[in-house]
Amino acid sequence: MKWEIVIGLETHAQLSTVSKIFSGASTAFGAEPNTQACGVDIALPGVLPVLNTGAVERAIRFGLAVGGKINTRSIFARKNYFYPDLPKGYQISQYELPIVEGGTLTIRVGDTEKTVHLTRAHLEEDAGKSLHEDFSGSTGIDLNRAGTPLLEIVTEPDMRSAEEAVAYARALHTLVRWIDICDGNMQEGSFRCDANVSVRRMGETELGTRREIKNLNSFRFLQQAIEYEVQWQIGEIEDGRKIQQATVLFDPDTGETRMMRTKEDAHDYRYFPDPDLLPLEVTSERLDAVRSGLPVLPKERREQFVAQYDLTPYDAEQLTASRELADFFDTAASGSDARIGKLCANWISGALSARLNEEGLDIGQSRVGAGQLRRLVDRIADDTISGKMAKDVFDAIWAGEGDADQIIAAKGLRQISDSGELEKIVDQVLASNAQQVADFKAGKEKAFNSLVGQVMKASRGKANPQQVNDILRRKLAG
Amino acid sequence: MALTLDDVRRAAHLARIAVDDAEAAGALAQLTLVFGLIEQMQAVDVSDIAPMSHAQDLVQRLREDKVIEGNQRAQFQKIAPEVEGGLYLVPKVIE
Amino acid sequence: MSNATLKELSANLAAGACSSVELSHEFINKINNLNKSLGCFITVDAERTLVQARAADARRAAGSAGPLTGVPLAHKDIFCADGWLTTCGSRMLSNFVAPYDAHVVQRCNDAGMVTLGKTNMDEFAMGSSNETSYFGPVRNPWNLETVPGGSSGGSAAAVAARLAPAATGTDTGGSIRQPAALTGICGLKPTYGLVSRYGMIAFASSLDQAGPMARTAEDLGLLLNVMAGHDPRDSTSLERPAEDYNRDLARPVAGLRIGLPKEFFATGLTPDVQRAVEAAITEYKKLGATLVDISLPNMELSVPVYYVLAPAEASSNLSRFDGVRYGHRAAEYTDLMDMYKRSRAEGFGAEVKRRILIGTYVLSHGYYDAYYIHAQKLRRLIAQDFTKAFKQCDVIMGPTSPTTAFRLGEKSADPVQMYLSDIYTIAVNLAGLPGMSIPCGFDGSSLPVGLQIIGNYFDEARMLNVAHQYQLVTDWHQRTPPGVK
Repeated sequence: MKWEIVIGLETHAQLSTVSKIFSGASTAFGAEPNTQACGVDIALPGVLPVLNTGAVERAIRFGLAVGGKINTRSIFARKNYFYPDLPKGYQISQYELPIVEGGTLTIRVGDTEKTVHLTRAHLEEDAGKSLHEDFSGSTGIDLNRAGTPLLEIVTEPDMRSAEEAVAYARALHTLVRWIDICDGNMQEGSFRCDANVSVRRMGETELGTRREIKNLNSFRFLQQAIEYEVQWQIGEIEDGRKIQQATVLFDPDTGETRMMRTKEDAHDYRYFPDPDLLPLEVTSERLDAVRSGLPVLPKERREQFVAQYDLTPYDAEQLTASRELADFFDTAASGSDARIGKLCANWISGALSARLNEEGLDIGQSRVGAGQLRRLVDRIADDTISGKMAKDVFDAIWAGEGDADQIIAAKGLRQISDSGELEKIVDQVLASNAQQVADFKAGKEKAFNSLVGQVMKASRGKANPQQVNDILRRKLAG
Repeated sequence: MALTLDDVRRAAHLARIAVDDAEAAGALAQLTLVFGLIEQMQAVDVSDIAPMSHAQDLVQRLREDKVIEGNQRAQFQKIAPEVEGGLYLVPKVIE
Repeated sequence: MSNATLKELSANLAAGACSSVELSHEFINKINNLNKSLGCFITVDAERTLVQARAADARRAAGSAGPLTGVPLAHKDIFCADGWLTTCGSRMLSNFVAPYDAHVVQRCNDAGMVTLGKTNMDEFAMGSSNETSYFGPVRNPWNLETVPGGSSGGSAAAVAARLAPAATGTDTGGSIRQPAALTGICGLKPTYGLVSRYGMIAFASSLDQAGPMARTAEDLGLLLNVMAGHDPRDSTSLERPAEDYNRDLARPVAGLRIGLPKEFFATGLTPDVQRAVEAAITEYKKLGATLVDISLPNMELSVPVYYVLAPAEASSNLSRFDGVRYGHRAAEYTDLMDMYKRSRAEGFGAEVKRRILIGTYVLSHGYYDAYYIHAQKLRRLIAQDFTKAFKQCDVIMGPTSPTTAFRLGEKSADPVQMYLSDIYTIAVNLAGLPGMSIPCGFDGSSLPVGLQIIGNYFDEARMLNVAHQYQLVTDWHQRTPPGVK
């Protein structure tokens, strides 16, 4: 039996405003409990919400970036339920008329591109945190996070595998940081996903009953949780049971999902328009102002890289993982041809990324600047140094020993590309390795590599390997 | 549509108000009277009227993204039923 | 001195005829003597009052006094006042010392006014008789066996009994106007958005509006000048240039077109009230006003509409009272759910619980469209009735309340009878219009009758003018309850 997996994601992206969505308290992470919870955040009697322009502008940026429709008028509603970390007893959210509707995001899994359709994106406030440890039988409530602005981004059930879901989450994560609306810090909960998962028999047109996995705050958990959930659902159905609509939690320790509540005990949220907040209007002036401040988006940058430097879509995707990285590449490759562009791309995705990873740095903290990288690549391109030498030069630049040319000069790394000089070395090697020459002539290709090695050794690594190859072939054929 | 005891209990549960049987029965009697009044509304056809949520036909005024509130924890927690280490305490929440 | 109006007190203070400290002492003494029998105040705090009075006197000595500097007033206990117990008439907040000032309180403080105390009210402003207060009923100074109306009953009775020259009130469905009428004083509910709701404990946010209560129209204007003004902390607070609401007091009313809705004079109106209101209208006619018959065809639906919308908003507004961060928490509970349910069952009184249940029900799944949306649509029809009416007239007049003050307990058993007390006032809140009540006579039992004046949006100055001109030729507003000196 073949099964089709159907996944939709709801992502909460914390908007990077300095103050809360409805109050003037700070949103900075990590403060002492309840020191950033003002009267509005702790819901004192009589206080009122006043909406933060910064949150609205970030929502508009997002809407424009995904090509969604920005509603001229949107409505804030109250979602009513009791929970200790929800001080008002209701969450202010957008329900019937969100600020953004529609839009798309392009994802790539392997060689396949796919468009994920967004249903909507709406503004809402975050709740506080419940701390369950340490208080002998009690739960402690910290309301510093209460009122932090969130953009909830909801997709259509467009994804068909855990890989696609992760690819979407990554693409979205890239985008929200790219357009500067969210810091994307998943450990701090700035970007978290709920996954709606259902399965159906291949060919069926109706959706299966879905279960919602709440609060997945890493890509790995997202993948694991969906994979587990899918297997569980298929198992249930194959055993003749029906899936009940439910909300579940993923336990990273066991790798399993577990039931939180069923539809029967689902809340009746009693949504209604918040009487404290008049309709939110987005004027065409505001829309234009936000649009004019929007950077070139990842998709356009990718297309530009592919066209200008002949990069593969995969490489282009790697280089647009963040705006800083794309800018780094653009600076490094600027004014160059496809060959140098490609080399820059390889060096950034290869040695540079590895080094950054190793040291836990991001591209903005790279100790090899874009200009430095380019000057290194230029020396490779003009055959001054070999790729292998370049690795040493790169390490030396990283270590702060100077620019490529200085290091090449200081270390005497200039490769031998003078064919007269090389021919001399080759002749000596051929003369003193008669056995290998004979072997090669008898058809043993391995002997050729050994000869190349001898030449490189004799030149103390400085011989241009390509030239050595050519000369050897010519001489052995002669 | 006649209100039932279950409706009253359900609303009381949603609103987190404890009601015993006598209170629920009393509330049902009174709410039935009130809904008798409310049902008068249904006589009017309003199908082509837009709902009115606010007394003003205006749009929302926004505030600048600026931090204007500082730490007021000590002052606020002075009037709290139970606090420890700067946290508000409630009976254990089971998720 | 306690029988003086705000205007007179202001003049006396300016002339040095008395100090704010002297005035405050006089009122505090009166409150101490009479509050036991009247129940007007939930909290008095002579020390706090005198600190403000001394500061006001110092400010006057320094030459920086405003018109109301040093004048005492009482605040309805729905307004948060920093350091004052602020109960909203509820056990839920019986231990709540507000950590901040409401905008209204702050503006009064900034003007140098002196807080005499916090007045009793129906619990969370839900009531029309002041009998739902956790702190006991308020009695009507005109007859201690009758109610003062509600929900601003403490403020109204305090002003009527001369325990305060003026008071703040709030009006969600008539809570300023109806008690003003029943106690023979003046009260004004401004256009929605004129006075900030910040710090005023919310009942029904789209209807709540604060306003002044005093003995003359002119005093209402003086206090409204202080209370009104833009507040960035309330996003429904209107950004309008400051105005002097008393600027037009002297304007003659000749030529004024008074609309008389036929629905205001239909069944349910008691004959004594009708007679007094009609006499007042005759007085206006004598002053040269013209009378226009108008109709507000959907007005009778305002009560059912209100009893869907106001409880719906209230059920949500009152969710914050959960015993977690402030307010009443039950002494014993087994778990979180039990703590919520017991704290709220103990903290709220019967009427508040009733309205929370109504509101929860009408918003719940499957009923929302039939009740809430339907009521919001009717709200628009009701507002449109007024828009049409104001094309034919400048102000609308009628009774404030269908009856005069009723006996304590008389309407407690049947909520619907109580709700119908506000039949003439509720539509004004639904539309967001300004409305006021001024005394216009007495019934056969010597209980006061109120005349309601409804103006178009932002027409407060005209309404005060219209009321003032009437008060120049009548003396109903100067009558004092028996036993009050």
